[in-house]
Amino acid sequence: MASKLKNAQLDAKKALETVEDQFQMLQILNEQGEVVNEAAMPDLTDEQLQELMSRMVYTRILDQRSISLNRQGRLGFYAPTAGQEASQLASQFALEKEDFILPGYRDVPQIVWHGLPLSQAFLWSRGHFQGGQIPEGVNVAIPQIIIGAQYVQTAGVALGLKKRGAKAVAITYTGDGGTSQGDFYEGINFAGAFKAPAIFIIQNNRFAISTPVAKQSAAKTLAQKAVAAGIPGVQVDGMDPLAVYVATRDARERAINGEGPTLIETMTYRYGPHTMAGDDPTRYRTADLDNEWEKKDPLVRFRKFLENKGIWSEEKENEVIEKAKEDIKEAIKVADAAPKQKVTDLISIMHEDMPFNLKEQYEIYKEKESK
Amino acid sequence: MAQMTMIQAITDALRTELRNDPNVLVFGEDVGLNGGVFRATEGLQNEFGEDRVFDTPLAESGIGGLAVGLSLQGFRPVPEIQFFGFVYEVMDSISGQAARLRYRTGGKFNAPVTFRSPFGGGVHTPDMHADSLEGLMAQQPGVKVVIPSTPYDAKGLLISSIRDNDPVIFLEHMKLYRSFRQEVPEGEYTIPLGQAEVKREGTDVSIITYGAMVHESLKAAEELEKEGFSAEVIDLRTVSPIDIETIIASVEKTGRAIVVQEAQKQAGIAANVVAEINDRAILSLEAPVLRVAAPDTIFAFPQAEAVWLPNYKDVIETAKKVLNF
Repeated sequence: MASKLKNAQLDAKKALETVEDQFQMLQILNEQGEVVNEAAMPDLTDEQLQELMSRMVYTRILDQRSISLNRQGRLGFYAPTAGQEASQLASQFALEKEDFILPGYRDVPQIVWHGLPLSQAFLWSRGHFQGGQIPEGVNVAIPQIIIGAQYVQTAGVALGLKKRGAKAVAITYTGDGGTSQGDFYEGINFAGAFKAPAIFIIQNNRFAISTPVAKQSAAKTLAQKAVAAGIPGVQVDGMDPLAVYVATRDARERAINGEGPTLIETMTYRYGPHTMAGDDPTRYRTADLDNEWEKKDPLVRFRKFLENKGIWSEEKENEVIEKAKEDIKEAIKVADAAPKQKVTDLISIMHEDMPFNLKEQYEIYKEKESK
Repeated sequence: MAQMTMIQAITDALRTELRNDPNVLVFGEDVGLNGGVFRATEGLQNEFGEDRVFDTPLAESGIGGLAVGLSLQGFRPVPEIQFFGFVYEVMDSISGQAARLRYRTGGKFNAPVTFRSPFGGGVHTPDMHADSLEGLMAQQPGVKVVIPSTPYDAKGLLISSIRDNDPVIFLEHMKLYRSFRQEVPEGEYTIPLGQAEVKREGTDVSIITYGAMVHESLKAAEELEKEGFSAEVIDLRTVSPIDIETIIASVEKTGRAIVVQEAQKQAGIAANVVAEINDRAILSLEAPVLRVAAPDTIFAFPQAEAVWLPNYKDVIETAKKVLNF
């Protein structure tokens, strides 16, 4: 509605459109696996394309097995990942080993593909402190529980990389709900002000537990939140592995060339519940919406794309599936063999030097645990 | 040796550690060119450059997150929270993140962050500047909480805090920043964290305190002496963890104790000291252990600050209660 003021200078419609029109979703592969944006095609070899597909297939199996292990009581906290494979794995695929990942709690696949042994991911899920003992040379933080905390820390890791003169980036993930947090804005704003080599990814899977994006913000896209921080933002089809890969690759290139951080919004969907702790998506999502998004499935479209190129087959996919199952079985065995966790262990990892109260409590629990 | 105020001693400690360790970074709101609102970082950016001493955007949670992230890259961050009343904005980075980093990673990572911050009453600040929130911090396992009462201690304790491989909350009482000067040695020296100091020896009652209340307690002890009572005054210096050995040794000697804090009575440190004495020395006690503290309201409006804050008269009155029990 036009202003009733005779001399209004604020053209709200224009002010919003000027921003919103900049954020057109980048897509390279459509739902049928056809290339719709030839100019944007990344220069990936057949082997790299196969590897990316293998990782997505592998991770879908990991998700299925994790859900079933959770139901059997053999895994702890678990946030399902199916539907988000392109968003998670194609972004990680654009990274180098020196890059540092600060994941949210759903982002376990990225840190596993970045080098965290699967057995440790299982131990972390089960609530064993050895899960967090990240091996030397694996550049990841353990998954963050507080929504947004990883964003402000990413500004710090990225500033640290810059001070060290490293040709590497810090990359972090949150969801659509996470963009409502103060820490989201503080993180992108700090990184922008310091021109720090950071990549901030918003996996917009449409729901923060049950709350839809429309209730999070008046912003038409979440990528446009970059504008206020003075950094570039881009929205990509999060079900399209090539679009996600290209956006992350470009953001990484900018970052290591000293041009500062980038915000990437991936349009995606989680097929499963928020976590395995009792969430029931039928309370807030319709079957129609689920079906609509399943048609966009990243594995389906990438499989078609690779089959058309003649570099993927059912046989190859089955090999990956078998390998995933085998690895999971093996990782569970390793996790099962971890020593029983004791209170004395917890006391030992509190401080470098134990204060008097913990020293006393250590002795008390040592005695209890010896019985 | 030079005569220094506490603020000068703090600057000197920061300078010493910036020289000593290239991983030490000093940052926060207005700490660069401006040298901090209290001039704690005066001249440091000039000497060490913007790479080591720098201004941040105005956002405490961002400052805390920056510190945790820099820790993950092997730095030794010394962020300033401009006033400790603003700590609520950075609670997650302190209690939710820095305090837990070593624990969460089974000892693989650590957060050697020293959060410096001014606090304390008696200087007529606006709301949210003067609160004594050390009790809140002491409730958090994984952080140490340090409160110096003199320029000499401030320098030695700050150097120790920066060198500590776990997070430390280093609280600087605003009233003590420039209230007196003291001989402070050049160069580096440390005072171990978790170690109290007997400021004055006595035999009749132990006065256990910290921060600005050390000076009120010493004044009270002088007055008590005129009336024939010998009071021992202990400055905790680190309020988490407390120096239990020094406290208990004193209480076993005197048989009587009071604990003096500027914070509200319901808020923390003194209650813990009383509980520890009860746990460990109840049979040495000739009287209950009493507290001197501010009333359990929100920090006083400046117009009522002088009567709200505990002072040496309150210390004398409470000491006499236990002396005459």
